[in-house]
Amino acid sequence: MTVAPKREAYDVVVIGAGPAGLAAAATSAEAGLTTLLLDENIGPGGQVFRAISSTPVTERSQLGADYWAGADLVQSLRASSAEVIHRATVWSLDRNLDIAVSIGGASAFVRAKRVILATGALERPFPIPGWTLPGVMTAGAAQTMLKSSALVPDGRTVIAGQGPLLWLLAAQILRLGGRIDRILDTTERGNYLAALPHAFAFLTSPYFTKGLSMMREVKAKVRVVSGVTELAATGDGQLTSVSYVAGGKRETIPADLLLLHQGVVPNVNLAMSADVEHRWDDLQLCWSPVLDASGNSSVPGIAIAGDGAGIGGANAAVVRGRIAARAAVEALAAAAAAKLPAMATLRADLAKAERGRVFLDTLFRPSPQFRIPSGDTIVCRCEEVTAKDVLDSVAIGATGPNQLKAYRRTGMGPCQGRLCGLTVTELMAQARGKTPQEIGYYRLRAPVKPITLAELAAVPKSEADIKAVVRG
Amino acid sequence: MFRRSEQDNRPQVQIFVDGVAVAARVGDTVSAALLASGRDVRRSTAVSGAPRLPYCMMGVCFDCLVTIDGVGNRQGCLVPVAEGMQIEIQKGKREIGR
Repeated sequence: MTVAPKREAYDVVVIGAGPAGLAAAATSAEAGLTTLLLDENIGPGGQVFRAISSTPVTERSQLGADYWAGADLVQSLRASSAEVIHRATVWSLDRNLDIAVSIGGASAFVRAKRVILATGALERPFPIPGWTLPGVMTAGAAQTMLKSSALVPDGRTVIAGQGPLLWLLAAQILRLGGRIDRILDTTERGNYLAALPHAFAFLTSPYFTKGLSMMREVKAKVRVVSGVTELAATGDGQLTSVSYVAGGKRETIPADLLLLHQGVVPNVNLAMSADVEHRWDDLQLCWSPVLDASGNSSVPGIAIAGDGAGIGGANAAVVRGRIAARAAVEALAAAAAAKLPAMATLRADLAKAERGRVFLDTLFRPSPQFRIPSGDTIVCRCEEVTAKDVLDSVAIGATGPNQLKAYRRTGMGPCQGRLCGLTVTELMAQARGKTPQEIGYYRLRAPVKPITLAELAAVPKSEADIKAVVRG
Repeated sequence: MFRRSEQDNRPQVQIFVDGVAVAARVGDTVSAALLASGRDVRRSTAVSGAPRLPYCMMGVCFDCLVTIDGVGNRQGCLVPVAEGMQIEIQKGKREIGR
């Protein structure tokens, strides 16, 4: 199904159909604004509500009530007048709010009065020795397959890392009858103490009881090793074992599948390519956009909602989507805003949804050795550049991620730095004795996803376009 | 590495992987169908030829690159399977005309 956008211009274009994007598009359309929702995936839901309209996992308790809450969001969107296009990859957004999108191998161009970016998060790179071996995947990858295709790990399976998603995934795999041989918990012991001052807010948040019961459910069935300080995947062209150190003792266990997870970070590529200002977040250890209380970025007309605005989780994402949409309605059709929940109500909802986040961020702050690799560990998966390669380049004069491209092509492969950017920034910052903010990030440019020259060449041209490049 | 849960009663779709018929399910992405097939579906990288399998399954890592119906460098994790789809495991970089 390849449908181009119906109009050339919209009041609001929302990019990404996860929790924030679904809520934003429905809100904007309900208020009467012409609204287009563009999403890269096959169906709505983003990652949290992945395959919400099509999952073969019909036993509702297996995915949990938090998952099925996504169905209401999709229903509100479908009841609205928003135009929705899936399998639509936005590859350019600029400060004029012109958007280029690839749909079914053909590019279309639309213009917006307001853009709400809801491009969500991706899993933080987990650069351990052997992480490029077949058989090593992210926990999120396994969860995607579980939700959209009811696939569960079958061979000897190890899950390693930390954070709420890791426990949720483990519980879901077990409920569907999948196999987990061991969980290696990399949470630093010192983090428990550091998180303690923030515990009250967390204890009174809905995450607490849910999280606790999920951990109990998993621990009853799987051996969990805590305090893991080293981790490596080994095998010849295919994962065969995982070795780790816990409590000073090294152990090696045979494994067919290793699922890694150490939290999620904002997916910044599209926002950065539109020149949205980002800053290094010292708590969440990632780049976050600079936003006002309504989600407005440094580029007039571009707002960011959801985890792309800084990690807050699905409930916060929904509210941030509504806030950004309400702000758009206030700007474009102030009278229609009266139909929507008041901004003060939404901000109170957001405060509630964000309760306990600082505790989680502090407790699950990933340790330096799992963020900043050394030696032959691959940093850039696409160009196969190791930590040693990066440090050697620093030694002969590379000052930051953009210079490093000229030395090593880091970040210049198809993933465009998504899987190495944070590692490169932190590794170079450490090597040069600078802060990540001082070191900076890759300068991102459209197209933010690869498109073919044939697709560009097939774009309809006006007389003026042709005159601009033809001589005589 | 992965198996299908018994509750999955989606209709089957037949795809071809390097010419061999493989049963997938409606709604599978190409990458999910390949991983569920039990076959050796490792691609090799453009730089060193190292074997890889999909890593993120959400469109960001590009380790799922595959040739679909004659077109190379497709992200298998973003493309749904279709009846009769011809999939080739991509070895190395994309070539001209594919």
